Amino acid sequence: MKILVPIKRVIDPYAKVKPLADGTGLDLGNVKFDINPFDEIAVEEAVRQKEKNSEIQIIAVSIGGAEVEEQLRKALAMGADEAIHVETTDQLDPSIVAKELQAVTEEIQPDIILMGKQATDNDNNQTGQILAARLGWPQATFASHVELGDKSATVTRETDTGEETILLPYPCLITTDLRLNEPRFIPLPGIIKARSKPLHKRERQTTDTPRVAVLDYVAPAGRSGGKKVGSVDELITELKAKGVVS
Amino acid sequence: MSRTLLIAFDAGDALNGAAFCQQTGAYDVIQVMGEPKLDLGAETVTTWNLPSQPPAEYLANALKDVCANYTRIVAVSSMQAKDGLARLAGLLDWPMITDVIELLGETKFKRPILAGSVITTVELNASTCLLTFRPAGFGQPTIGGNSKHESIKPTFTGVTKRVSATVREGGRPDLSSAKVVVSGGRPLKDAETFEKVIGGLADALGGAVGATRAAVDSGIAANELQVGQTGKIVAPDLYIAAGISGSTQHMAGIKDSKVIVAINTDGDAPIFDAADFGLVMDLYEAVPELTEKLKK
Ligand SMILES: Cc1cc2nc3c(=O)[nH]c(=O)nc-3n(C[C@H](O)[C@H](O)[C@H](O)COP(=O)(O)OP(=O)(O)OC[C@H]3O[C@@H](n4cnc5c(N)ncnc54)[C@H](O)[C@@H]3O)c2cc1C
Repeated sequence: MKILVPIKRVIDPYAKVKPLADGTGLDLGNVKFDINPFDEIAVEEAVRQKEKNSEIQIIAVSIGGAEVEEQLRKALAMGADEAIHVETTDQLDPSIVAKELQAVTEEIQPDIILMGKQATDNDNNQTGQILAARLGWPQATFASHVELGDKSATVTRETDTGEETILLPYPCLITTDLRLNEPRFIPLPGIIKARSKPLHKRERQTTDTPRVAVLDYVAPAGRSGGKKVGSVDELITELKAKGVVS
Repeated sequence: MSRTLLIAFDAGDALNGAAFCQQTGAYDVIQVMGEPKLDLGAETVTTWNLPSQPPAEYLANALKDVCANYTRIVAVSSMQAKDGLARLAGLLDWPMITDVIELLGETKFKRPILAGSVITTVELNASTCLLTFRPAGFGQPTIGGNSKHESIKPTFTGVTKRVSATVREGGRPDLSSAKVVVSGGRPLKDAETFEKVIGGLADALGGAVGATRAAVDSGIAANELQVGQTGKIVAPDLYIAAGISGSTQHMAGIKDSKVIVAINTDGDAPIFDAADFGLVMDLYEAVPELTEKLKK
């Protein structure tokens, strides 16, 4: 059984990022990058499944410039068997990424694609669903529990009203939510050791350009908070003055 | 000519969705669950009246052909909207824009990125698109109109099988549209304490209950109560945060609240910067006192 795990290099989700003063982009001065946390959960899940079933083969894939190798090496260090680097410096959007991943999928024929539900930089939450639709595969987004059977996956997924459990015949696509697992910590030597695992490079297979352009980046209107009150009674007086409690 | 189809997953979506669609021109509605209660000026309202939400695969297959008549397919942002509309985007090969917060004409939109730390203006370079929007920025819809009504049974195809599902417990208002939300964070000891302290204040105010990821992860609050970047986005008149530090990811979900109250023992917690009223106090004292005094 093959599991394909697409991963994205993103701005450290804990970094405080500001737009450039002229609004043309983001101020990335000292910002670090990491695997998108949801993708890291996807790698972790694939590795945990492999620990239960040694026949599983895990292939991580990332699309981008030379720098994404760093995240692919981390996935290899976590336990992926091979990595594919689709090399490009082009502007991408969810639909282009899905089309490139479709090309990789058609070539390596995985049984399962396991990926993050959204990337914490652009917060789009689209790529997995677009890819599943293009492949004609069933999808389980927002997974909080995954069981892999012989012919199908049983996935518990988060919904607006709680959770549901669904059954998907292979091949299928699963996107991860935060509660699926907690990724293991990889010490630096582990990442260095993973240098001997195969990392294949290939070119883009499609020529689409983004259909949605970002025109500018601004900071959100700040809230004018900061006022402190000294007691519950004082708080109630303020809330009554605002008309939000009676 | 631009023409919009609103996918309303339930009656709440129909109302919040109308506020958005009334700003974009002529629109039709497909309502998945429930019956339309008010006329909100759509041209045609098609009711599916299903007993539960269909899996995204079924939904997208059923909607695919209808979409050819439209230039915009829109829905209120929710997990099921993201699940289903993005799949539809893949079937149609249309671009999609997630979490629109403001309209700037027919092809320009504002949307947040990086957990709301940055707002972008995006431009659509295509004639068609799907989009989800956050209702907070679009006000209340005008009621009244002359909608035509139809009721159909959609044809569902797909291989996904639902084994089981939980349903929302009644009683409290829906978190995403509640006028008052009381949320609790990590320091709440266990599920019972959370329900008693946070639930108690919410009930005194007729509000909904929310939680941080830390509270959900440690099992003291249900996952559908998570508020923030990867949970629900709320915009109540009053948001009370008890024992919540104010992480970027949590703040992303509450920024549009009218009045934010923070109760926290650490006077330097970042939540105080955004709170209209901060109370440096132990939540186990402050929240029950507040509940008692507001009940009267
Ligand atoms: C990709 C990603 C997505 C995320 N998405 C979300 C999301 O959607 N929503 C979300 O909430 N988080 C999210 N998080 C997690 C987020 O980063 C924080 O870890 C989380 O919000 C912290 O929750 P908290 O405020 O309850 O806990 P803490 O940060 O631990 O804060 C607890 C606070 O309680 C105060 N306190 C302690 N005891 C008391 C007392 N007795 N009385 C009063 N105050 C007390 C402390 O002073 C402290 O400020 C996400 C993280 C990542 C990486």
